[in-house]
Amino acid sequence: MSLKRILAVVAARNREFYRDKAGLGWNIVMPAIMVLGFAFIFSSPDESLYKVGVLGSVTGDTAPAFLRTPHIQFIAQDDEAVAIDKVRHHRIDLLLDLRAMPRYWVNELSARGFVAERLLWQSQTNAPQALKRETVSGRAVRYVDWVVPGVLAMNVMFSSLWGVGWVIVRYRKNGVLRRLRATPLSAGEFLLAQILSRLLVVSSVTVLVFAGTNALLDFPMRGSYLTLGLVFLAGAIALVSLGLTVSARVRSEELADGLLNLISWPMMILSGVWFSLEGTNVWAQRIAELLPLTHMVDAARRVMLDGAGLREVAFDIGILMVLGVVLLTLSARAFRWQ
Amino acid sequence: MPLLQVENLVKTYPGVRAVDGVDFTVGEGSCFGLLGPNGAGKTTTLEILEGITGADSGRVLYRGAPRDDSYRAVVGIQFQHTALQDFQTVHEALRLFASFYPRQRPMSELVELCNLGELLDRDTRALSGGQRQRLLLAIALVNDPDLVFLDEPTTGLDPQSRRNFWRLIEGVKQEGKTVLLTTHYMEEASVLCDEIAVIDRGRIIEQGAPQHLLAQHFPRALVRVPLSALPDPGRLPPGFEVRGGDAVAATDDIDQALAQLRQLQVALDELAISTPTLDDLFLKLTGHGLRES
Repeated sequence: MSLKRILAVVAARNREFYRDKAGLGWNIVMPAIMVLGFAFIFSSPDESLYKVGVLGSVTGDTAPAFLRTPHIQFIAQDDEAVAIDKVRHHRIDLLLDLRAMPRYWVNELSARGFVAERLLWQSQTNAPQALKRETVSGRAVRYVDWVVPGVLAMNVMFSSLWGVGWVIVRYRKNGVLRRLRATPLSAGEFLLAQILSRLLVVSSVTVLVFAGTNALLDFPMRGSYLTLGLVFLAGAIALVSLGLTVSARVRSEELADGLLNLISWPMMILSGVWFSLEGTNVWAQRIAELLPLTHMVDAARRVMLDGAGLREVAFDIGILMVLGVVLLTLSARAFRWQ
Repeated sequence: MPLLQVENLVKTYPGVRAVDGVDFTVGEGSCFGLLGPNGAGKTTTLEILEGITGADSGRVLYRGAPRDDSYRAVVGIQFQHTALQDFQTVHEALRLFASFYPRQRPMSELVELCNLGELLDRDTRALSGGQRQRLLLAIALVNDPDLVFLDEPTTGLDPQSRRNFWRLIEGVKQEGKTVLLTTHYMEEASVLCDEIAVIDRGRIIEQGAPQHLLAQHFPRALVRVPLSALPDPGRLPPGFEVRGGDAVAATDDIDQALAQLRQLQVALDELAISTPTLDDLFLKLTGHGLRES
């Protein structure tokens, strides 16, 4: 294994990337447009509707009068801790617990929570003190704040899969691999160079998109940049390895394109990039847990929105690294120059 | 000891025996040509010798020993069809390939030998056919190889570029390097090769120095008239035979052949007298032309 040879191939692949102005623009502009587009689409607050989470039964005649208040959407909640987090992140305005000991949670920093609480009191005029008041605090989490980690992770996925998988198949088809094979460059050196080059590209583009969109949107970053970087790096390693596995023997760009789409689209839908899978089909949730993008999105979101530390996302990073090593071993064994 | 020794190579693809028991040796410092039409098996044979493709059976010895991992470092290869990574200049492409080898030829020598001086900063995608072949030759020589493989190096080039390329190969030969090339241009083989092997349907059907083979198979001259010039195409003059659309006499006595034609009152407007070429040799050996596939 020669470092000199590996670095020479890394440099050649990097040149190919940054000198391709159209491709470079697309790689940076596309994710930025998606983030900004979602910020614009979801920027108008829904003035007429309050969202109140409810723990316990909400049906029948025994339901409190408050549950019949118009212009309030009542959303059943299963998990108390998760529901409290939603109040903290302003994803619901109030949480009402109708189980053994009636109580409610409100975020004292939320204007909408303040109004929802007054509406609750209004419906309880006979006994306003019957409900125990609990408070949570936390900065508001807009939809765009929630979606940014997903879009960044999704961009890492596309860049990793196509930047390695599709490129290697193109090299194989047009004869670049055949020419390289005629030199002392080994398959291991070539593959390692492709991985390093793509990790460099993915890291640079992610930093640029993060900084650029944050300057415009000011989304929260509560954890450490190092932890977030490790999450994206582990995700990129897993997905680059997946791209290598797909491209190990395929000779047709069309087939490679189809296979990469087959892999990436279900991940984009099931990995919670655009919407939470809470309340959806159990099987869909189980499949999602197997997908590398799910772990990258979840971990990135927890770091950025909840300030999770390295220990709290170590499981996701571990899963991604194990997947990366397994797929890399598989692809290195399956790889054919021709 | 020959530089390269090829013994009973066989390579089969589904439905076709591409190489069918090929034997030959290549002496150090010589230029050896594999001639044959498209699909004859010459590229497959070359790929086996380059180490790109494995043979089903047979063996290849380099300097008397089986090839090992170090073989790739001492050979240079110019493929018939190849692509380079996009978005790099000529200079960057040369540097990239040079970095793969422990032994490197000084860049200035390479640039001068292959006449690339004015092209160093040009994007490789913007090169003409001839310029591109010169770059690919330079890449094949980047490690100062002892043995150079050239697979149809001038196919697709215009006549002027082809002749320019021959001059480069002559330069490589003068440096004492061993060259093994495939071609279906007979003139190219005549100009460049010290020894040729004619290959057809995976087998070598004749082998030797070009002039020696021609002298062995043909008299001094070929007298040729189109069949349409004969008053009766069914009646050939004595000593003539049909090859392609022509009546051809291979003879040492041109006067006698002309007399035969005059006797039959053949119009001599389209008469051609030539010395035999390798194309004629191939036609004689196989019954079809070298450029027919």
